[in-house]
Amino acid sequence: MGRALKELTKGLWRELPPFRIVLGLCPTLAVTTSAKNGLGMGAAVIFVLVVSNFLVALLRKIIPSKVRIACFIVIAATVVVTVELLMQAYAYPLYLELGIFVPLIVVNCIILGRAEAFASKNPVFLSVLDGLGMGLGFTLSLTFLGGLREVLGAGTIFGHAVPWEAFEPMSILVKAPGAFICLGLILAGMNAYNRWTARRGDSDAPKALEAINSCSSCGLCKLSGRD
Amino acid sequence: MDYFLLVISAVFINNIVLVQYLGTCPFLGTSKSTDVALGMGGAVIFVIGMSVALTWPIQKAILEPFGLGYLQTIVFILVIASLVQFVEMFLKKLLPPLYRALGLYLPLITTNCAVLGSAILVQKNGYGLAKSVVFGLATGVGFTLALVIISSIRERFDISPIPQVFRGVPIALITAGLMSLAFLAFKGMAS
Repeated sequence: MGRALKELTKGLWRELPPFRIVLGLCPTLAVTTSAKNGLGMGAAVIFVLVVSNFLVALLRKIIPSKVRIACFIVIAATVVVTVELLMQAYAYPLYLELGIFVPLIVVNCIILGRAEAFASKNPVFLSVLDGLGMGLGFTLSLTFLGGLREVLGAGTIFGHAVPWEAFEPMSILVKAPGAFICLGLILAGMNAYNRWTARRGDSDAPKALEAINSCSSCGLCKLSGRD
Repeated sequence: MDYFLLVISAVFINNIVLVQYLGTCPFLGTSKSTDVALGMGGAVIFVIGMSVALTWPIQKAILEPFGLGYLQTIVFILVIASLVQFVEMFLKKLLPPLYRALGLYLPLITTNCAVLGSAILVQKNGYGLAKSVVFGLATGVGFTLALVIISSIRERFDISPIPQVFRGVPIALITAGLMSLAFLAFKGMAS
């Protein structure tokens, strides 16, 4: 039971994507123009991650390791098509808002990364918890980044005007440059926090972000060293 | 003139990385040195051109007549993944010099969302086959341009006094933000 709890909670802070494990940057940058979009994208990713982790863990003994990446892609693509159809049926405005980034969940490193790094080696129950935890962490991060950009860039939060009028919204923050700069500053803040905890001699301190190359932690990119 | 505008738009105005945020992972992952950036860029131009030329007929000849449009995502990603694999084997056998230049980067491209992204974008925009291929190639050139610029900036970072906490990914993202600000200025050029 302790292990299950650990797998569930690691995605929420210790390995929080995409702020601690820099994975899945494209949707992180692109859809976080508002808190609502971030939340919607996050919900889609939770669904895809949980179902694909479930299927990969279920089939992990059947899938031959030589063609495992192709199998993971097919599984992920199937789930993504399901999400696309569900969104068209029940959340059409959100589907239009997220646009091309819904089908692109297939190539989000986080899906294949978790399939390769966790679900292909662990039992079904733990894999589902891992997917759920990682997905929740991703959603929280996206909602936070979306909320930040929306408040500072448009002066609203979840579409409602913020109750103070102390500053002029900087519309650049909801455009492309704002996404890169906000995320850069958040990652720098994470680095600063990591160094601070490391200096306090906290034995539980996670490794510095510097060591994580944005692509090296991605399961699929390891494919380049294909055997 | 039509094609000229299309190319300018895909390379500068709607730059795939800096304005449309596609392909950000390889953009940050392979931009540490200019040589690597050039190799990756060449491979991306090649693969996007090929995959658009291949997925366009599939969409028009198979998916649309049979009402299978909802299978687009799954078919496209499979076509791209096998195309990349095939190109790699083909180059290894027949064009070893080109393979040595691009081979290392080819497997990384399957998950490059710029490739799947442009295959889907040309369908969304409703381009014809020739226009789609030109768009695909120009998108690849735009990706290469952004990658080469940021890699030459990042090479300078090694000798710059950057605060410790900003080293690595954070400063690269902020640089990308400033570059994106510059590219937004092209927006007024054409509509």
